[in-house]
Amino acid sequence: MATKPITRNTVIPGFGPTLGYTVFYLSLIVLLPLSALVVKTASLTWPEFIATVAAPRVVASYKVTFGAALAAAGVNALFGLLVAWVLVRYSLPGKRLIDALVDLPFALPTAVAGITLSSVYAANGWLGSILEPRGIKVAFTPLGIFVAMTFIGLPFVVRTVQPVLEELEEEIEEAAACLGANRWQTFRRVLLPELLPALLTGFALAFARGVGEYGSIIFIAGNMPMVSEITPLLIITKLEQYDYAGATAIATVMLLFSFLMLLTVNLLQKWSRRHAAR
Amino acid sequence: MSGTSAKSVRTRTEPAPVRWLLIIVAFLFLGLFLFVPLAAVFAQALEKGWDAYLVAIREPDALAAVKLTLITAAVSVPVNLVFGVVAAWAIAKFEFRGKQLLITLIDLPFSVSPVISGLIYVLLFGLQGWLGPWLQAHDIKIIFAVPGIVLATVFVTFPFVARELIPLMEAQGKDEEEAAITLGASGFQTFWRVTIPNIKWGLLYGVILCNARAMGEFGAVSVVSGHIRGATNTIPLHVEILYNEYNYAAAFAVASLLALLALVTLVVKSFVEWRMRETS
Amino acid sequence: MSIEIVSVNKQFGSFTALNDVNLTVPSGELTALLGPSGSGKTTLLRIIAGLETPDAGSIRFDGEETTDRHVRERQVGFVFQHYALFRHMTVEENVAFGLTVKPRKERPSKKEVRERVHELLRLVQLEGLADRFPSQLSGGQRQRVALARALAVEPKVLLLDEPFGALDAKVRVELRRWLRRLHDEIHVTSVFVTHDQEEALEVADRIVVMNKGRIEQVGTPAEVYDQPANPFVFDFLGSVNLFHCRSEQGQARAAAPELSMGYVRSHDIEVERRQSDGAVEAEVRHIQAVGPAVRVELLVRGTGKTVEAELSRDGAERLALGLGETVYARPRKMQTFVADYQI
Repeated sequence: MATKPITRNTVIPGFGPTLGYTVFYLSLIVLLPLSALVVKTASLTWPEFIATVAAPRVVASYKVTFGAALAAAGVNALFGLLVAWVLVRYSLPGKRLIDALVDLPFALPTAVAGITLSSVYAANGWLGSILEPRGIKVAFTPLGIFVAMTFIGLPFVVRTVQPVLEELEEEIEEAAACLGANRWQTFRRVLLPELLPALLTGFALAFARGVGEYGSIIFIAGNMPMVSEITPLLIITKLEQYDYAGATAIATVMLLFSFLMLLTVNLLQKWSRRHAAR
Repeated sequence: MSGTSAKSVRTRTEPAPVRWLLIIVAFLFLGLFLFVPLAAVFAQALEKGWDAYLVAIREPDALAAVKLTLITAAVSVPVNLVFGVVAAWAIAKFEFRGKQLLITLIDLPFSVSPVISGLIYVLLFGLQGWLGPWLQAHDIKIIFAVPGIVLATVFVTFPFVARELIPLMEAQGKDEEEAAITLGASGFQTFWRVTIPNIKWGLLYGVILCNARAMGEFGAVSVVSGHIRGATNTIPLHVEILYNEYNYAAAFAVASLLALLALVTLVVKSFVEWRMRETS
Repeated sequence: MSIEIVSVNKQFGSFTALNDVNLTVPSGELTALLGPSGSGKTTLLRIIAGLETPDAGSIRFDGEETTDRHVRERQVGFVFQHYALFRHMTVEENVAFGLTVKPRKERPSKKEVRERVHELLRLVQLEGLADRFPSQLSGGQRQRVALARALAVEPKVLLLDEPFGALDAKVRVELRRWLRRLHDEIHVTSVFVTHDQEEALEVADRIVVMNKGRIEQVGTPAEVYDQPANPFVFDFLGSVNLFHCRSEQGQARAAAPELSMGYVRSHDIEVERRQSDGAVEAEVRHIQAVGPAVRVELLVRGTGKTVEAELSRDGAERLALGLGETVYARPRKMQTFVADYQI
């Protein structure tokens, strides 16, 4: 891939202008502003940088953010696989409606999701009034953060696993059955390995989304420093206190994480493409 | 062959009790995390009756927020639409070095936290930013003003159209365009009469998603907006303010507009998906 | 083990895939289910395997009722048309799969599994490729892995769905000869589906010709080729020419003179320069050399019908035919059927 030379031996016009505009617009809107972040961070000395990004309150926010995002992505991996399975394999009334609604967290603005989840899980809300008397406090606790992250990450696993499940050859399951495998063995040893790249991709996407999420979480989180304060909120807090350097330093850490996840997802997709090549 | 099209029931499915258990668990999960919140938006919005609902969405600050949201979408959707088509043309119709990197970079705004998407513009155009002093000297306001909101929105909606079109146009190849050119069509004629009809559903799909995000973006816009009521509040920001003022009924009334937008988006999206499946 | 198929019916919606099929596959034989696509041969194979359930009728293995037994417990080896190899497993893991999913009590030890797998890979001549993944193999190699995998569980019956369908012409011929030799070695009752008459004639002990969900004829390759039971079988097993039988063929007249049709294979038509008994006058329309043979298209004078004759190269050279010349075509061997079948 990397050694492909620039080829223009095609009759289709417009290579120069379209590529030029693409690179220009990309630089203007995405790359230049992002580089501002890096440059601003570079104005800090290394000890200053470390002191900012490793302050106890910041570290506590990493723990909450990454911990909740990991748990939410895990739950979504499990249930997303289940939902994809049910939607692909079983015939149910209203299946298409449910299938369309799975994308709701993509389409619903995060602020709406935030206030809704917070009111549903509040002590007097529909679900909160059932859960709180049983000692399960969701709203304004780290558990609330997990709930919001589960909501916004819900479509990722379903949508990455679903097409792979749809395109699985019937024959491989039949082959497994002919060879004496029971349903669980067939799932465990034949189907799951086929679905694994897609499942991991979905997990990584949901995880990355959860870590960066802001709008749907701040309403339900309670935002208690050291307890239920997420990292993106901390960036905003610093910004509101005009601590631009502090905000930028923490943002850089998160950005690095985003790059890492992007790389992971790309590798996963390369893996699944190679996997798919027969 | 004759038999393989009909699914054989016994080998490819689970026993009925297992099947029902899986369906029930899946529905419980979806119900808890999807259906209940969706129903709650509308239930809360109408809690104090239709009159209160209409008052809340007709209030001047709410109308100003709607107007600003529409302006934001009206700018960011077209610019990203043009970009998406141009980028997809360059990437799908030509081979060049660094193509994969370019695709990854185009996807970048998706993996950046919305808060950071807003922050970078503050760093560029804010008072302490690179261009801040110059902008102030010339009395141009970007941050805590409409241009900042539009810029942040353009950033977060940047990849939508492009990422829809690139795989679609790559899959379609370039045979038809080459045929049109050999028949004497100009580049623009080829584009309008051959390419566009082939990608129109994909284009609509990208635009729908782009628009939904543009109208609903909260985090990035929140950083650059300054929250000035009636001036720099989009609908999601207005919802936040109402909610923080404990004006729940009004907050949910305005939020229900966005929820409706989300439902319309899903309907159009399903329709477009259905059309794409039909035509392919 | 013998397989008995008794009055099996299968319907897919309004399409009748199998219509009252009765068949006995003798133990240890290699049987071909031959027919055009849509003839029900794959459905029949899948019903034998238990991948499909018949609407009516029963399947018996060695006289034992098997119809309702799950495919898992039937102990059949099935080789799929596109092999259905597990692509995330190596060749060795693929072949071992059936042994490793056995209930713990019956499962052989790791060492035994390994030995068995390598023995099978030797049998299918893939010893050196145990650690490869299916994507790293050629079509013919994948086919043999699929076969080894099916044989690993020591099936009572081996079923193969278009086993050579996805291969190049050359590999296909090599592999089918190899399969024949393999069967002579292991003698497991085998049934394979094919639409290629040449393949069936070359490989099978016995051919079951199917059409539109029914069995048209069952017999050895020689029987179905030389004594086809009806026009369909005649037609499906080779190229055919039609003669109207008002001429001197005694047996034809004895049947129903007006309705009888004479069926003659191309290579059973003698082309001569002079008139002889039973020959019809024809004009040479087209001459084409195809590999070792020469195909001559003849227009029968007075009927407007064309007849195709297949000559050897030598024969064609001796005749030195030219386009437009008049020759005499005489069927060397002809079979007559009542004309209720149209080609």
